[in-house]
Amino acid sequence: MLVISAVGVVWVRHLFAAAMFSGIFSFLSALLFVMLDAVDVAFTEAAVGAGVSTVLVLGTIVLTKRLEQERKVKENLRPLILVILTGMILIYGSLDMPEFGSSNTPAQSHLGLTYLESTPEQIGIPNVVTAVLASYRGFDTLGEVAVVFTAGVGVLVLLGGFMRNRRRKDQGEL
Amino acid sequence: MVGLTLDQLKILLTGHSIYWLFIILMMTGFYIVVSRGNLIKKIIGLNLFQTSVFLFYISIGKVSGGTAPILPMKLKVDDFSVYSNPLPHVLILTAIVVGVATTALGLSLIIRIKEAYNSIEEHDLLEEDRSQFSNENNEDRKFGGFF
Amino acid sequence: MNQHLVLRVVTKLMVGFIILFALYVQFHGDYSPGGGFQAGVIFAAAFILYGLVFGLESVQAVLPPWVTHKMMALGVLIYTLVGIYSFFLGFNFLDYGALTPSHPEHGQHYGILLVELGVGITVAGVVISIYYAFVSRSSTSKDEEW
Repeated sequence: MLVISAVGVVWVRHLFAAAMFSGIFSFLSALLFVMLDAVDVAFTEAAVGAGVSTVLVLGTIVLTKRLEQERKVKENLRPLILVILTGMILIYGSLDMPEFGSSNTPAQSHLGLTYLESTPEQIGIPNVVTAVLASYRGFDTLGEVAVVFTAGVGVLVLLGGFMRNRRRKDQGEL
Repeated sequence: MVGLTLDQLKILLTGHSIYWLFIILMMTGFYIVVSRGNLIKKIIGLNLFQTSVFLFYISIGKVSGGTAPILPMKLKVDDFSVYSNPLPHVLILTAIVVGVATTALGLSLIIRIKEAYNSIEEHDLLEEDRSQFSNENNEDRKFGGFF
Repeated sequence: MNQHLVLRVVTKLMVGFIILFALYVQFHGDYSPGGGFQAGVIFAAAFILYGLVFGLESVQAVLPPWVTHKMMALGVLIYTLVGIYSFFLGFNFLDYGALTPSHPEHGQHYGILLVELGVGITVAGVVISIYYAFVSRSSTSKDEEW
C-alpha cells in the first residue's frame, strides 16, 4: 500500500492528485509507526503529515498552478539509473545491519536502556518519550522549537504575512 | 490493515526485508526529487523521502515482542516486560514538526519564484536565467540573481 | 463553501471538541502519548478547519494574525525563561529540580508541563501563522484549470 501510494505520486501529472497521494502515504506510515511501537510519532505524523502539510501543499497549488509539464521518457532514464544504483548500494549496506527486532543491538543497549531504567526514579512520569523529550534532552528540544520559530518567521518574511506588506501590494508597489 | 493476515505480516517483518521496503520508498522519493522538473512535485518527493527515513529510523529502535515505551501508572517496571527504544521516537517526533516547518518555508519560496518568473518548472527557470545573462542591460528584473 | 450546510454544522460541532482534545493531549502528555508538538498541531488544525469552511475573515475575527505572531515568540520565551530560572537558583540550565528544590521529582513534573506548554504555544502559533500567510495571498491561477 505504501509503495502504491508512493508510486502514485510519481505517476500522476495532476498536482492535486499527487498531494492527495502523499496524504494517504502519511496516514499509512502513521499506521506503520503504531505497529513499530512509536505511538507518539504516529500521532504526530497523522496530524502533521496528513493534515497540515496537505493543506499547505494545496494552498501552494492554488497560488501557482495545477498541472505538471510533460516530460520525455528519455529524460527520465538517467535519474532512474542513478536511483537504482543508490538503492542497490543502500540494500548492500543494510545486509550488515542487525536483524529487525533483535534486542541486543548497539542501538538498544546503551542510552535507550538507561532512559527506560532511570525515568521512574528521576522523573517520575510514565511516558518515557515525554520524559526524554522535555527533560533529558531539554536543550535539544529548545533548539527544535527555535528552528520551528525561525521557519515560521521565514515564511512570514517571504510571504508578507504582516498587514503592512499586503496593503503595499494592493497599491501595486510590490 | 492492508489485507495481510497477521502471520503473513510476521513473515514480512522478519530479517531485513522491512529495511528494504523503506529503502525502496526512500528511492521513490529520491527519484521524484531528481527527475521531476516541477518544484511542488520535488517538495512532495522530498516529503516522501523524509517520511521513509523516519520509518527506517523508528524500525531500528523496535524490539520484537516489545511494547510502546509508556510505563504502567505505578511506575514499577517488572523485569519481564519489554519496551521499544524511546530514543529514536523522541528524535523523530521533533524531526517531523521541524520537517513541516521547513516544508512550509520551501513552499513559500516556490510561491515567490512563481511571482518572479511566472513558472515553477525548473526547465523554464534555467532558460529565463540564461536569456537574462545574455543581455545584461535588462535592469527591470528585481529577482534576477536568485539562482 | 457557504452552500454546504452539513459541512458548516458539523464543523461548528467539531471545532470545540478538537480544541478540547488538543488541551487534553497537551496536559496529559506525561501519562499518555502526546505532548506539546502534537497538541500545538491539533490546536492549529482546529482553526485551519474553521478557516477552510467559514473563510479567512471569520477565523481571523476569532484569532487575529497579530496574536499568532506573538504566540510564536511567547512559546520560545516560556521555554527559555524556565531554563534561566533554574540557572539563577544555582542549578544547571533547564534542570527542573530547581522549581521545587525540596522534591526534585515534583520539580521535574512542573518543569515538563511548563516546557511542553511553551512548545505547544510556539507550534500552534507557527502553524496558524503559516496558514494565514498562505491563504491571505490572492490566487493567480484560474478556476477552469482544475
